[in-house]
Amino acid sequence: MDKIVCTCGNVNPAGTELCESCGRPLNQETKEKKLVDMRYEGSARRSQTYNKTIIDKIWNFFSSVKVGMWIIVSILVAAAIGTILPQVFYVPATTEADIAAYYERIYGTFGKLYYELGLSDLYSSWWFQTLIGMLGISLVIASLDRVIPLYKSLKKQQTKRHISFLKRQRIYGIGEIEASNESIDKAEEKLKTMRYKVKRDGNAILAERGRFSRWGPYVNHTGLIIFLLGVMLRAIPGFYVDETMWLREGETLYIPKTDGYFLESKEFTYETYSKEESSEVFGEAIDRVGSIAKNYQTDVALYKGADDAVAGKPDELEFVKDSSIQVNKPLKFDNFSVFQMDFRLDELKAMKFQLQDKETQESFGDFTIDLSDPQPIYELQNGYKVEILDYYADFTGFEEGVPQSKSPLPNNPAFLVKMYSPEFPKGETSFVMIKETLEPLGENKHKIAFQSVETRDVSGLTIRKDLTLPILMLGGLIFMIGVAQGSYWNHRRIWIQRLEDGQVVIAAHTNKNWLSIMKDIDAVSVVANLPKYEDQQDLDSKAEKGEGV
Amino acid sequence: MVAVSSTLLFIAFVAYLVATFLFGGAVKSSSSEATKSFERWGKLAISVTIIGFISNLGYFITRWIAAGHAPVSNLFEFTTAFGMMVVGAFILIYFIYRIPALGLFALPIAVLIIAYASMFPRDITPLIPALKSYWLTIHVITAALGESILAISAVAGLIWLLKNIDLTKKSKQRFWIEAVMYVCVLVLGFVAATTTFSLADYKAEYNYVNKEEKVLKMEYHMPAIFGMNESTAITENAMTPLVEMPALVNAKKLTVVTWSVLFGTVLYILLRLILRKRIAAVLQPFAKKANSQFMDEIGYRSVLIGFPVFTLGALIFAMIWAHEAWSRFWGWDPKEVWALITWLFYAVFLHLRLTKGWHGEKSAWLALIGFIIIMFNLVAVNLIIAGLHSYA
Ligand code: HEM
Repeated sequence: MDKIVCTCGNVNPAGTELCESCGRPLNQETKEKKLVDMRYEGSARRSQTYNKTIIDKIWNFFSSVKVGMWIIVSILVAAAIGTILPQVFYVPATTEADIAAYYERIYGTFGKLYYELGLSDLYSSWWFQTLIGMLGISLVIASLDRVIPLYKSLKKQQTKRHISFLKRQRIYGIGEIEASNESIDKAEEKLKTMRYKVKRDGNAILAERGRFSRWGPYVNHTGLIIFLLGVMLRAIPGFYVDETMWLREGETLYIPKTDGYFLESKEFTYETYSKEESSEVFGEAIDRVGSIAKNYQTDVALYKGADDAVAGKPDELEFVKDSSIQVNKPLKFDNFSVFQMDFRLDELKAMKFQLQDKETQESFGDFTIDLSDPQPIYELQNGYKVEILDYYADFTGFEEGVPQSKSPLPNNPAFLVKMYSPEFPKGETSFVMIKETLEPLGENKHKIAFQSVETRDVSGLTIRKDLTLPILMLGGLIFMIGVAQGSYWNHRRIWIQRLEDGQVVIAAHTNKNWLSIMKDIDAVSVVANLPKYEDQQDLDSKAEKGEGV
Repeated sequence: MVAVSSTLLFIAFVAYLVATFLFGGAVKSSSSEATKSFERWGKLAISVTIIGFISNLGYFITRWIAAGHAPVSNLFEFTTAFGMMVVGAFILIYFIYRIPALGLFALPIAVLIIAYASMFPRDITPLIPALKSYWLTIHVITAALGESILAISAVAGLIWLLKNIDLTKKSKQRFWIEAVMYVCVLVLGFVAATTTFSLADYKAEYNYVNKEEKVLKMEYHMPAIFGMNESTAITENAMTPLVEMPALVNAKKLTVVTWSVLFGTVLYILLRLILRKRIAAVLQPFAKKANSQFMDEIGYRSVLIGFPVFTLGALIFAMIWAHEAWSRFWGWDPKEVWALITWLFYAVFLHLRLTKGWHGEKSAWLALIGFIIIMFNLVAVNLIIAGLHSYA
């Protein structure tokens, strides 16, 4: 397409509506309008100019604000639908089948439908992610389409504008005034005191203020794009770690995904508010609700082993620091944070047994089984010993005669043991549970009697590394700067010009807050005696002007 | 200290009520020749508002000292703080535009919000571990401040609509604006129902079976219209619920809602009978005095001022805190999602206005819808959709 040469001699890019330099309308359509569209200064935007190739069409699609808003509204509606029922990650089930069953059991047919439509995991669905992606693309294209021509035309604008441009401004006035030259000087002075940047060209003034606020939307969109890119980076290995670990009191474990760091739990503490200790202020609340949690805390020691030592031994570990992990107070090291997320109180740690004569209850010695590390054989005095044949940590019952364990957690420990004694050197077999004992291979003389247990607390910790955080923070910061820039400032321009025939013209444009710019003009008029202006767009509200507020 | 705090809140409440009438006076005298009287009314009204606001701040500070943490940690405290900030935001905008009509409508809304808040348990609760963070203070106060400034745009929108909708002819607009009035009366209905039954000291306990098939106890403070799943009364002579709900539905909350709607509807009908007009029509003469263009600009301006504050408080600070407390900055918790929805909605509002020229009526309706979304997040998400943020 051809460039457009304006009568004033300026060469404008194809598609320009208002000459970048003098402001004359450049096509018939613009000429016929009563007011010009000042949004992008009538500059040539790619999306308004080309519409041939597929690329043009895609460009035009994404640069449309209408399309952009449809994308946002779709995201908004989808997000709302996702809050109707809890999402999968808040549901106490792990396997697909359990999850499906859970939705149906708790929420009936609706729940089943919700699950089957994939709404229960909506935010990670491909179509939701696609919408977010489209939002990103739209932000980039719509911004590029506008910001470059806007920048060029704001830079090129002349102080002296053609009358055809001025009279198509929303705020416009023309008239004869006395001592018009003096008036223009005074207006210039006054506008300068009002923090306008005033340019003068003969008998024309262009007073401008807050142009930088025009870049606000583009700055904030850039912030959003950086934020979205940051979120996408998490998919790249190494940027993001999200692990959990259960750590028992007294235990030292490798912290997953770290370079050989180990964590020892010294103690877990769970506290509630007691009425005595907390000031009387809380008394009523505690009465009403019952107990209120005060603190979840794991006291830990952090150690460093050899790099990438997964199975390091505690004695090779180098102590790094002690720390108390609380909710809201994670342990931090390198780029990792360890959070207090969950706990289990009083998990079985060890069980103490006694080998006895069933009848006389005579004792042949005590032994303690460490439930996380049962020994194969416990030697007692005088040739008595106990052999552990099999260990079922979370015993649930027998299936076809075979003992079953639901998990490796010692929730309900059971043992298949052989008891050796001088009388029975081949051993007697017994199945030992907390409450009872079975004798699968016939009547025994001896038994293993349960004495006591030791328990300990378990801390549920989350290990997190997120290298995208600085990028997200940067995006957030840029967004905030951009919105503040675009919202708390606005771009005002006032043109005052004495025409050849002696009449004075005043015109003004602002991107927002029209009442404020009118106040500014009124303030100038008081000292400079300018012609009356009117708000050409708002003729109907003029009737109200006389009324009080 | 706690007693002082409650008294200060009560003083603020009364001051706002009085100031509403004073603003009414200012609006009424505004078009008369007596500009002097207009100014006097206006000055008096804003002075009383400011006194109320200072007293309200006093409540906030003394409660803060008494509790040892910012009083934004339960539903009563948060909602009250929101009401206070609506007044604060109104005072801010008043000094930019000096329009008494805004006060006439903003203050009753603040009064309603505070009255609503007072229906929830008012005792000071100690902080649970998740809330123990200075981010609680920073995040909640900034978010509430942003929401309250956004709320002013709804007030301006409401005035614009009341002024410009033709109430003499049947139209969609006329229906919806009256619906808005009806909802405001329903809030009063909730206050009236709660107060009535708590004065009567109504209590009834029931056992019920929850969705995990456990038997639990539930205490009703209003006569059980709806019963919990398989409920049996523990309290003697307790009313047998009219309808029993499945385990999925919290029948106690449903009962509260139903009573509120009943009380509110009766109240609304009474009002209509006494006034012999639609409520919108009663208020219209006051709105008529406002200038549409001013209202339109105030509506836009308050979104412009409130949007960045809301973004900072409800999204950015929220993410920073969520990262400290729950190890992830974003977890798609319903409360978070609704903050995002609110934010997206106002973003759309700004775009439509700026690039599609949605001024005047469309803009006013959007501002009202925005406020409804904010209230939904405040009320419904807390009470109905339970999540990590649930105060209830
Ligand atoms: C969540 C997403 C978005 C947010 C938070 C956002 C935010 C903003 C804000 C605050 C403004 C300034 C409005 C005003 O001053 O009244 C703005 C302007 C604008 N936005 Fe967005 N925006 C988003 C998405 C989009 C999308 C998807 C598009 C693409 C179509 C878009 C196109 C524009 C345009 C064209 C402007 C006007 C620019 C100007 O006047 O120079 N925005 N945006």
